[in-house]
Amino acid sequence: MKPFAELLDRLVLTPSRNAKLKLLVDYCAATPDPDRGYAIAAITRDLDILSVKPAMIRRLVEERVDPVLFGYSYDFVGDLAETVSLIWPTPHGRAEDRGADDLTISTIVEALHSASRSDGPKLVEGWLDILDSQGRYALLKLITGGMRVGVSSRLVKQALADFGGKDVTEIEELWHGLTPPYLPLFAWLDGRTEKPVNLAAAPFRPVMLATPTDAEELTRYDPKDYLAEWKWDGIRVQVTAEGNARRIYSRTGDDISGAFPDLLEAMDFEGSIDGELLVGWPEGGAIRTGRFSDLQQRLNRKAVPAKLQAKYPAFVRAYDLLQSGDRDLRSLAFEDRRRHLEDFVAGVPADRFDLSPLLAFSSWEDVAERRNDPPDPVIEGLMLKRRDGAYVPGRPKGPWFKWKRDPRLVDAVLMYAQRGHGKRSSFYSDYTFGVWTGPMDDPQLVPVGKAYFGFTDEELKQIDKYVRDNTVERFGPVRSVRAEPDHGLVVEVAFEGLNRSARHKSGVAMRFPRISRLRWDKPPFEADRLETLEAMLD
Amino acid sequence: MRFEDLLRPTPKGLYCPPGDFYIDPVRPVERALVTHGHADHARPGHAHVTATRETLDIMAIRYGDDFSAASQEAAYGEAMTVNGVSVSWHPAGHVLGAAQIAVEKDGVRIVASGDYKRRRDPTCTTFEPVACDVFITEATFGLPVFRHPDDREEIARLLKSVGQFPQSAHLVGAYALGKAQRVIALLREAGYDKPIYIHGAMQKLCDYYESRGVALGPLAPATVDRAAKDQFEGAIVIGPPSAFADRWARRFPDPIACFASGWMRVRQRAKQRGVELPLILSDHCDWDELTETILEIRPQEVWVTHGREEALVRWCELNQIRAKPLHIVGYEDEAE
Repeated sequence: MKPFAELLDRLVLTPSRNAKLKLLVDYCAATPDPDRGYAIAAITRDLDILSVKPAMIRRLVEERVDPVLFGYSYDFVGDLAETVSLIWPTPHGRAEDRGADDLTISTIVEALHSASRSDGPKLVEGWLDILDSQGRYALLKLITGGMRVGVSSRLVKQALADFGGKDVTEIEELWHGLTPPYLPLFAWLDGRTEKPVNLAAAPFRPVMLATPTDAEELTRYDPKDYLAEWKWDGIRVQVTAEGNARRIYSRTGDDISGAFPDLLEAMDFEGSIDGELLVGWPEGGAIRTGRFSDLQQRLNRKAVPAKLQAKYPAFVRAYDLLQSGDRDLRSLAFEDRRRHLEDFVAGVPADRFDLSPLLAFSSWEDVAERRNDPPDPVIEGLMLKRRDGAYVPGRPKGPWFKWKRDPRLVDAVLMYAQRGHGKRSSFYSDYTFGVWTGPMDDPQLVPVGKAYFGFTDEELKQIDKYVRDNTVERFGPVRSVRAEPDHGLVVEVAFEGLNRSARHKSGVAMRFPRISRLRWDKPPFEADRLETLEAMLD
Repeated sequence: MRFEDLLRPTPKGLYCPPGDFYIDPVRPVERALVTHGHADHARPGHAHVTATRETLDIMAIRYGDDFSAASQEAAYGEAMTVNGVSVSWHPAGHVLGAAQIAVEKDGVRIVASGDYKRRRDPTCTTFEPVACDVFITEATFGLPVFRHPDDREEIARLLKSVGQFPQSAHLVGAYALGKAQRVIALLREAGYDKPIYIHGAMQKLCDYYESRGVALGPLAPATVDRAAKDQFEGAIVIGPPSAFADRWARRFPDPIACFASGWMRVRQRAKQRGVELPLILSDHCDWDELTETILEIRPQEVWVTHGREEALVRWCELNQIRAKPLHIVGYEDEAE
């Protein structure tokens, strides 16, 4: 348990992606099976063990500690697992002498697997007595589910790929057919066996991605070789139904079927569609597309109430067909796959599947113009796909391009700055900015977003100096910066879209905001007003 | 005599009406008794200050020789009379020169312990329990989640990381008075004999510790010309926590942010501050030490000055010890 507990602690406090990868790779190299597999599954949340409810942990601790003192402590620490791990009374002495070294992650997982519901708490109590506070923290995180160590399953897959010297798409392809503790996977990554065959029904097929492009690059290509379609603002998915298995995968191979029972229900076909998952309502023979904020109501949910399914129905706008019956179409040209796709979509429920329409165009200028004037607000740009291109995993350059519409721009005033992490820890590099609201003769700034990139290193130094020279107040790592109509720093902020948000005081939330220009020349009173932003609402 | 007639909280700090003096006043007063040199307890501008030799020297280093109009030196174990009130001074184990002040009149004795800790510290005299009717305690880490680990394990983690990342400079944030010198002394005890680089703000206090017989080994200023950034590869650099947020920190190669503080026990605290290697080293008692000290002294009443007062008062109630919070404002429990 100790190596796993140390890994979690280091991951929590390590900001750099590369350092996290190194920690994970080192852990896999130093830890035997099946511990490493269970640890990986715990981090990717694929470990399905008797879940221990936080309320049960709380009952256990309140048998040992005064509930009032526990309450004060919980208020201070703010995290149940951490509070319990620190407050749990243990005898003096080293955890090793209590047998902590014999308690491995596999002993815990396997004991909980075979334990009855009433035995679970007793086991947990015994382990809490043996471990030290770091070990208790890891144990509680393990059995209550949420790790929150800042590691996505995508990062874990990358670490596994690095560990075995493989390409990450190979891991993604296999991932769904594997179960913890992933012994065949590690045997292959160790170089002891051949690559395991994915025997899972309805497996994930590694996704083909597009490279960003612009007008200048496109002049090197012939428009006649390409087909164009809109790039919809949902989430890219692969929906596969084969035999009795139906799966909805994210583009990194995570199985998200559980959140979309309505869509799953409609997947009465044999094949694998690549498309955009959106929310939408059937209307006059077509589907009216919902905004990304509507889709968000459906994301990251474990249970989906029927009411929510009815209010925000999910559907797929189909881009491509990878498998039709028992025929693998991926080696065909896009143009041919597209014809198969049109036939295929015609035979599936029209309220849950529609076809991503193609755009007629004659020249790149034509495309450039269409790009910024899409017929639907849920479009974020367009895709250009080579007619003769096969479906290949990864991001090859040439067959698929994405060309996003130009970002929206707003001039805002810098209000707060927060220190960054890692290499940026001595710089104020995270900026909260606001726009004016209230009466014209007595305007107030209201925060509308936060950005921490988009500027050069040289500009970062300049903003950092500005922040330090114009600090009004300090709150821990945050400084509030002088921001008045006649004194302040105006930043041009670029963003992809704007949603209504009840959580923000301004009532709006930007998507993907970044600093596009520093407007040292512009007096703050000339920055935009909230009304300007509201007019941009999608 | 009621206890409150001998010592009571006021907006300026703890006040003794019969002796007409304050202990660690937070605003300028006529006569101040000062437990130790941290800035929130030892403030400039009093007419008359009584404190240990070390505390007076530290105040002079920080505020200049004219930090008060007049001063009087007190020694550990020494008793003196102030306007008919007996005052004696006892080691508090917090930082060099830190004292508990026992105030006694008409058979009632109250001990104001200032900030204190119980564990061994190579840089200052160990805490001595003093029997009393009322024990005034801090509660900076007065929650049962605070249980400081062994100092040596924390220093070993720092040295392990220095070995693992030889290209990086380890920047250790430590309070300039007490913590910095203790970290250095503990590193020396662990056998680290290379020069330790210190921020300019620590130079005078480190020199002063040396002059009082606390050996710190080779120290070097953490200043460089721009060309020689790599001279700090593998180095340990100690500076005040605020300096690491500062432009000062940019001179070091691939810095690893460490912070020596009792607050580092709580992961989210460490994370919020961007600390990558938290070192749980405190100059205050942890929860076990606070409660064990109260049980050892067995006063009739416990008064809690600053920190998590409500939790320690609750613990006293559960153990049938009379206790109350004093709600004195002005002491920063975050400063450690």
